[in-house]
Amino acid sequence: MGRKLLLEHINVPGINTLAVYREKGGYRAVEKALKTLTPEDIVEEVKKSGLRGRGGAGFPTGMKWSFLAKPEGVPRYLVCNGDESEPGTFKDRFLMTHIPHALIEGMIVSSYALGANTSYIYVRGEMMPQIRILEKAIEEAKAAGFLGKNILGTGYDLELYVQPGGGAYICGEETALLESLEGKRGNPRIKPPFPAIAGLYGCPTVVNNVESIAAVVPIVNDGGDEYAKIGIGRSTGTKLISASGNLVKPGVYEIELGLPVEEFIYSDEYCGGIANGKRLKATVAGGSSVPILPANLTLKLANGEPRLMSYESLSEGGFATGTMLGSGGFIAFDEDQCIVRNTWNFSSFYHHESCGQCSPCREGTGWMEKILHKIEHGHGTMEDIDLLWDVQRKIEGNTICPLGDAAAWPVAAAIRHFRDEFEWHVKEPMKSQSTNYGLANYANPIEKAPEEVKSQN
Amino acid sequence: MLKVEETQPVEFSSALLAKFDEVVKRYPEGKQKSALLPLLHLVQAEFGWTSVPAMDKVAEYLKIQPIEVYEVASFYTMYFLQPKGKYVLEVCRTGPCCLVGAEKIMDHIAQKLGVKEGEVTADGLFSWRGVECLAACGFGPVLQIGPEYTFYENLTEQSVDQLIDDLKNKDLRQ
Repeated sequence: MGRKLLLEHINVPGINTLAVYREKGGYRAVEKALKTLTPEDIVEEVKKSGLRGRGGAGFPTGMKWSFLAKPEGVPRYLVCNGDESEPGTFKDRFLMTHIPHALIEGMIVSSYALGANTSYIYVRGEMMPQIRILEKAIEEAKAAGFLGKNILGTGYDLELYVQPGGGAYICGEETALLESLEGKRGNPRIKPPFPAIAGLYGCPTVVNNVESIAAVVPIVNDGGDEYAKIGIGRSTGTKLISASGNLVKPGVYEIELGLPVEEFIYSDEYCGGIANGKRLKATVAGGSSVPILPANLTLKLANGEPRLMSYESLSEGGFATGTMLGSGGFIAFDEDQCIVRNTWNFSSFYHHESCGQCSPCREGTGWMEKILHKIEHGHGTMEDIDLLWDVQRKIEGNTICPLGDAAAWPVAAAIRHFRDEFEWHVKEPMKSQSTNYGLANYANPIEKAPEEVKSQN
Repeated sequence: MLKVEETQPVEFSSALLAKFDEVVKRYPEGKQKSALLPLLHLVQAEFGWTSVPAMDKVAEYLKIQPIEVYEVASFYTMYFLQPKGKYVLEVCRTGPCCLVGAEKIMDHIAQKLGVKEGEVTADGLFSWRGVECLAACGFGPVLQIGPEYTFYENLTEQSVDQLIDDLKNKDLRQ
């Protein structure tokens, strides 16, 4: 059994209430932090812990905190990113639904560490039930003296508010989120300046994912060194993985980073294997934006060693043979799933969610959706596959925010590893409408990639 | 898609305005525009959609230009710029849900209600549409119904039939 830091008490009845949460040791971190630690001590512990942002980018949280500007007389803000919208990712919804106080406690400790007296939790508007849950938890915490003026008699003041979004994937990008919180369209800002210098209302701001904030609680309780003992290499601690797709037991799992992917998919402690006795065809390991991998490269590195659930192991081999841990949205595809159809689906998602600021993304995502629609519906040509490759390359790296990359990578990876399936759709247009390509040649994908792919990494 | 002919004057009740006042308190002095998204949610919960006159009133309340409200309401997908059915079934149409049958569920809903995506049933009760990932991929197919965004997971054709029938019955009783 792996250690659980966030979901240890998930099955305790009433853990969503303050009373039960405290019985299980909740709010110890607030007492410890505010009464015995300075803000600098906490930043130091978070640095030592090696915690990396759990929203997808994986940037070290302690380092992000240490960049925060501290000009005299200017308020600083902590904003929690609860705009969870990456296809395949549903861990933050789970955490906020079942253990809301873990997030509230993390927010109090983190706000104290950053010197923020007003903090916001931005939650996507569709999660109205979770917004109600958090608001209730905030009320409880306030009544118990953990929020408001002079918390626990320490002289520290903090007001915490929940802000609903309006339905836009792009608001998960931190500067788009800040624009949205200011009551504007979610158009990402050009960086620099980074939010640490000029964020919410032009003031120094830190934006952290829900899971990152919740992870600060065990770090403060047990110390950064203890946290860093869990995991492997620079992937320290535990990670919530959202498992979906054709699995026996989809759901949210807390794993110690470094768990072999094979164990995660097939062991009964986690996903319990592929549903309906079928075989694994491919996985998307970290949310829809990261490259899709065929089954063989999911389970093993190109050199044959087992692949692990960690930032480093999942990205081993670059994009030629690897992927990314991303947000931990783990999607499994069984042998009956069509890669072309799924890629078309993801492309239409990115087209829909592009904010429209940058031409390569606004136009390119639409082009990719159209070409994929054409191939999927039996009207594609071989040139279309090359055109698709060309379009995705022209989006990647040419946009203000990472949505362009996020739209390009899944298309590139699908062609890189499953080009034969795209070609089959072109060669067998009628057959492709009624049957699926199946597992076919996925076992040996690298030789099938075009020359450009090989030189890319 | 702002339809001028649909616009009838609206009045905000004092209860609604009291809710507005509560929301605005969350932000620093002079930053009341931050309340725009939450206010539009409150307006939609009250009227079923965000009409131009309602948006104009919000602008007036927040002391901002009407265009600042329109550009926001038209950017975010949750705000309805046209009247919808009383119950809007929003089905997740993104990858992971499709792996477990979301497309079939949408076809079934279209057939059961007899309307295309975005249309309103003759009795004014239902609309449906596909929406992007609702962050519940492990429990798919899923749908949600505003204004409280109640969630329905692991949908089957039978459970969707039951849900629609229950909503119809609930409405008859009211």
